[in-house]
Amino acid sequence: MSHSHIDVRYVANLARLELSDEEVAIFQPQLEAILKHAEALSGLDVTGIEPTAHAAPVFDRMRADIPHESLPSSAVLQNAPDQAQGQIRVPKVVTDA
Amino acid sequence: MSITSLRQQFIAGETTPTKVLQALATEIVARDSKTGAYLSYDLDAALNEAASADLSLPLGGIPIALKDNMNVLGQPCTCGSKFLAENYRSPYDATVVKKLRAAGAIPFGRMNQDEFAMGSSTENSALQITRNPHDPERIPGGSSGGSAASVADGTAIAALGSDTGGSIRQPASHCGVVGLKPSYGRVSRYGLVAFASSLDQIGPLTRTVEDAAMILQAIAGYDPADSTCLDVPVPDYLSGINDGVKGMKLGVPKEYFGDGIDPGVRKQVEAAIQKLAAQGAEILDISLPHAEFAVATYYVIAPAEASSNLSRFDGIRYGHRTANPADILDLYKKSREEGFGPEVKRRIILGTYVLSSGYYDAYYGRAQKVRTLIRRDFENAFQKVDAILSPVAPTPARKIGAFSDDPLREYLSDIFTLSANLAGIPGISIPCGVTDFDGGKNLPVGLQILGPHLGEAGLLRIAKAAEA
Repeated sequence: MSHSHIDVRYVANLARLELSDEEVAIFQPQLEAILKHAEALSGLDVTGIEPTAHAAPVFDRMRADIPHESLPSSAVLQNAPDQAQGQIRVPKVVTDA
Repeated sequence: MSITSLRQQFIAGETTPTKVLQALATEIVARDSKTGAYLSYDLDAALNEAASADLSLPLGGIPIALKDNMNVLGQPCTCGSKFLAENYRSPYDATVVKKLRAAGAIPFGRMNQDEFAMGSSTENSALQITRNPHDPERIPGGSSGGSAASVADGTAIAALGSDTGGSIRQPASHCGVVGLKPSYGRVSRYGLVAFASSLDQIGPLTRTVEDAAMILQAIAGYDPADSTCLDVPVPDYLSGINDGVKGMKLGVPKEYFGDGIDPGVRKQVEAAIQKLAAQGAEILDISLPHAEFAVATYYVIAPAEASSNLSRFDGIRYGHRTANPADILDLYKKSREEGFGPEVKRRIILGTYVLSSGYYDAYYGRAQKVRTLIRRDFENAFQKVDAILSPVAPTPARKIGAFSDDPLREYLSDIFTLSANLAGIPGISIPCGVTDFDGGKNLPVGLQILGPHLGEAGLLRIAKAAEA
């Protein structure tokens, strides 16, 4: 796991996060130091060890299929930064052919 | 003033919930400008609830402050972030808020925190600094720093915090109050803004162990709105709380008492252990062999989960949206760039990296396996002992700004608290004296008690015995 080099701007783009040049310069050594610390995990033998995703896993919980009230759309829309005609408005996402 | 003594005063007719709220508001105005624990409070709304408080209920008329990452209908829920500070108002109540109200309590006050609960100092709040009431040059700890500082400062009776890697226990320790992180699944997370969903739990910060038991009693239990909340009966946490520790086996892990612990912290924690031994507890040396890997494991898993959870903050449905975006992608990227602070960005990038193709197996997959080893260490230990004793943090509260350019150093200070979240077990921090540290005088030290999954009653009993 000797991968402690990280292309900060590339990964930030995957996370839909714009960064300034100053931020990249600050984060680069900080993130590399953290990843280098995480390399300690590669020294452990984990052959045959099951991963833990949840400490107290609960599986396949079913609830009774009874309709119940949801939040009214007005309650949901109250926090939207931009709205029109009872819907959340966003920039155009489909370009003209 | 503790919950139990306030209850007695209510019943004796010596004071009323309305008077208590008015007194708290006066204290907040007088003192919180220095401490900075409160982000907001709605006195009128709380007074309305106080007017009809049912004092016969277990928490009847008791005001309880909330970390600012729990939703209360109509209130702000900033998570300490600019992203949500502008205009967000909660459209619903978190389950813990409903449960507190059902027990008679009055939610009052929204407490500062590290942004999205990412941090151990509350310095990562984008909104304000919170100072330690014991020394204003020092951090209150975090991420539930406002909750801990207000209880220590007397501007709150009790508070709720959330704990993903120590965020209740460590600020409790730094501020000299009691902080309980329940077992994973014991308390509903519905309405808690998610940081790392497999690690987050809500719990109380209080003046006394008994108060912590009373709040846990109110908020624990099954919730159909949280699929990870366990459908198992809630025991009576108060009935056995005074039973003492005679005959109990308490483990002291050698890995938690190595180099790097401040001598004053070591001395006070060892004195607390001796106190429990003097009351008849059997103290046993134990080992948690994978303890040293907790920080590396946690700081892969928690950012991975955070990067996924925080993808919902995209500037579309709520929170900050950038002005005049060129297109939808620009909207996402700039809204997030403008809305998030540096620690949140670091963790999103780190989490995205460890989940990305080519690195997933090496980091995230491996950390999940080491998490199994850490969990097994505790399972093995609890075959031999009823609970585990340790410091909460290696040092008392440090000075504000001391670790500002070194996130890894900050992460390493979480070493004693992270494992409980990885293993899903409960932990409590209780004050165990004071010490001088780095120029500061009489700074609080905390004793951590860890127990087996769903073993809160035992923890509270030991904590009560250890309480000064």
